[in-house]
Amino acid sequence: MIRTPLRPLARILHARATGGSPEKIEKDNLRLRNEALRDRARGRAQLRLLFLCMCFFSAFTLVGARMGMLSASEPMEPRGSATGSTIAAGRADIVDRNGRVLATNMLTHALYVQTKDLIDPARVARELAVIFPELDAAALERRFTDGRSFLWVRKVMSPEQMQAVHNIGDPGLLFGPREMRLYPNGQLAAHVLGGASFGAEGVNSAEVIGTAGIEKALDARLRDPAQAGTPLELSLDLTVQATVEEVLKTGVIQYEAKGGAAILMDVHTGEITALASYPAFDPNDRPNPLVDKTAEPGDSPLFNRAVQGVYELGSTFKIFAVAQAMELGLVNPDTPIDTKSLYVGRKRFSEFDNHNYGPTKTVTQVIELSSNIGTGHIALMIGGERQQNFLKSLGLLEPSPIELIEAPGVRPLVPKKWGDLVTVTASFGHGISSSPMNLAAAYASLANGGIKVTPTLLHRSTEMAGPRIVSPQVAADAVMMLRRVVTDGTASMAKMDEYAIAGKTGTADKPRRDGRGYYDDKVVNTFASVFPAEAPQYVLIVTLDEPVDRTGPEVRRTAGWTAVPVAAEMVRRAAPLLGMRPAVAPQPLDGLTAVKQ
Amino acid sequence: MRPLLYVLSFLAVFGLGFWAYRENYTTQGALREVAALQDEIAALHESLTIQRAEWAYLNRPDRLRDLAVLNFDRLGLMPMEPHQFGHVTEIAYPPPPSLADGVATMGLGDPVDTSGLLNADPEDGSKP
Repeated sequence: MIRTPLRPLARILHARATGGSPEKIEKDNLRLRNEALRDRARGRAQLRLLFLCMCFFSAFTLVGARMGMLSASEPMEPRGSATGSTIAAGRADIVDRNGRVLATNMLTHALYVQTKDLIDPARVARELAVIFPELDAAALERRFTDGRSFLWVRKVMSPEQMQAVHNIGDPGLLFGPREMRLYPNGQLAAHVLGGASFGAEGVNSAEVIGTAGIEKALDARLRDPAQAGTPLELSLDLTVQATVEEVLKTGVIQYEAKGGAAILMDVHTGEITALASYPAFDPNDRPNPLVDKTAEPGDSPLFNRAVQGVYELGSTFKIFAVAQAMELGLVNPDTPIDTKSLYVGRKRFSEFDNHNYGPTKTVTQVIELSSNIGTGHIALMIGGERQQNFLKSLGLLEPSPIELIEAPGVRPLVPKKWGDLVTVTASFGHGISSSPMNLAAAYASLANGGIKVTPTLLHRSTEMAGPRIVSPQVAADAVMMLRRVVTDGTASMAKMDEYAIAGKTGTADKPRRDGRGYYDDKVVNTFASVFPAEAPQYVLIVTLDEPVDRTGPEVRRTAGWTAVPVAAEMVRRAAPLLGMRPAVAPQPLDGLTAVKQ
Repeated sequence: MRPLLYVLSFLAVFGLGFWAYRENYTTQGALREVAALQDEIAALHESLTIQRAEWAYLNRPDRLRDLAVLNFDRLGLMPMEPHQFGHVTEIAYPPPPSLADGVATMGLGDPVDTSGLLNADPEDGSKP
């Protein structure tokens, strides 16, 4: 760039010669130069502004045009992207551990009416009442003509009924598609599955929500669209579940019980293989809860005795006191224990039926004979605080963590003040109530070599990695004592050649509902068992509510005569299905095999 | 030279226009086909769900139990129980196969074309 000099020599000389002012020339030139600079800067700034304006203009035009296009165009799925797009069902299926369907969805239709399109409301009402017997023609006609423009007639119907409604041929009758929850196995595992019903309803669809059981507890997982294609895999085994339910039902009927519950649980993984409660219901057609406030909750088939039934579980608790005493090093299986008398303050404790087991028995015999006095002495050696902590660590004093919506609300009933009296009664399972599910988890923890087991209804292949509760030796000794109960003690009816069962019976009087003491002739019988005894794999809890055995000369209500045979039959039937080899007595050799050997 | 260039570029434009026109219609056709296929897949999925539900319904344990009881004369099905297990030594040896059985049931009497099969002599490593 050529700089114009501010004081060009020629003009300065000329000015000097003519008497002009050279400063004026310089000022003029300076002004001209500044003006030129300013003009250039302004031009550039204007250009930049213009450019920026253009940028904003085109950006906003683009956004505006896109918005306009979006609002003007028809909404539709991007059909071009055809990469295996899975058409997800509304709600994930529930299957058992082998993939057999426990709950699935079925497409059906709901019927609704646009009353202003009805041509002949009276005839439509009459014919609908013929198709759906539960509808009343007169009431329906009144509802058609009372001024409302829209009403639901039925939530679901079969294809045959739908065709019949089509045949009425009235334009006011309309159908809305519905995904319906279907439980193909009927009553099987009803208390686990719970049930489902419709939530918010629209004409084109309705949401299916779980109302109880695992359907409600895992509602979010089942409704998650991302996981709708993958079924929820439960730990239940359909075949075993059916067998356990069948045997339980037979047992409840045979021993004239009000109801019963059974839990079969894998001790290594904590998976519930079968969970039954009798009486059961059909989750496809869930009955209404009892409205009668005075009725016992157990009277309703909806009541899940295995999880919601909080019972005094009786002598099944004795093994916990003994296991803890062994863990603390207070006793070993052969330590003699006083079984003559036990006083706490003024209260004198006695054995069942006022038996007298002699002055002393070993710890093993205390369990075998189910001695209340012996267990009470052991519990007093442990002390209330340590006992409470131990029972807590086994999960007996807290709601079960199982994946059922009913479970968290069921708190075991524990006395508030844990005095010596409670220490003694709790050691043989009185004055403290827990659910069979809690008991199953606690027995599983003992059978699992002393490592705490958390029960679950979901399929799980890894072994439990819980905290250690008792040492492996104590756990093995405890199982050995339980085995003695079957071979020599109160549970002798569970003795069989094929499978070695170890277990403990428990008989508890039912508390009166008015809170005054206990009934004389109403008991809850429990048999908590572990099998096979040599290497425990499964825990089986059987609870019968108010059973009675009338086969003998006298009426018997102890667990050894009721719950034990039921449990033994369950093991006999279920163990082969679980893939366990029975101990087979060898057949006498015939000539051919004898020669071969 | 230049007129030729013009003609060529015009021809190219025509050609490309024709190609684009055809591509457009084949694309639309393909999209329609995809839509139809997806509808079919959805319908098949739906019937698959129903069939699975029906299969589960027909195989529900209490129905199978009833059927086993009904057909006990013909099938003699019993629940699985421990006494049905046995030792390997208890299994009887199969009766010695008679020649007549083999000829009749397994087609042993029929001529077999052995050409192209493996060499009869296993020591001889060469492939047939």
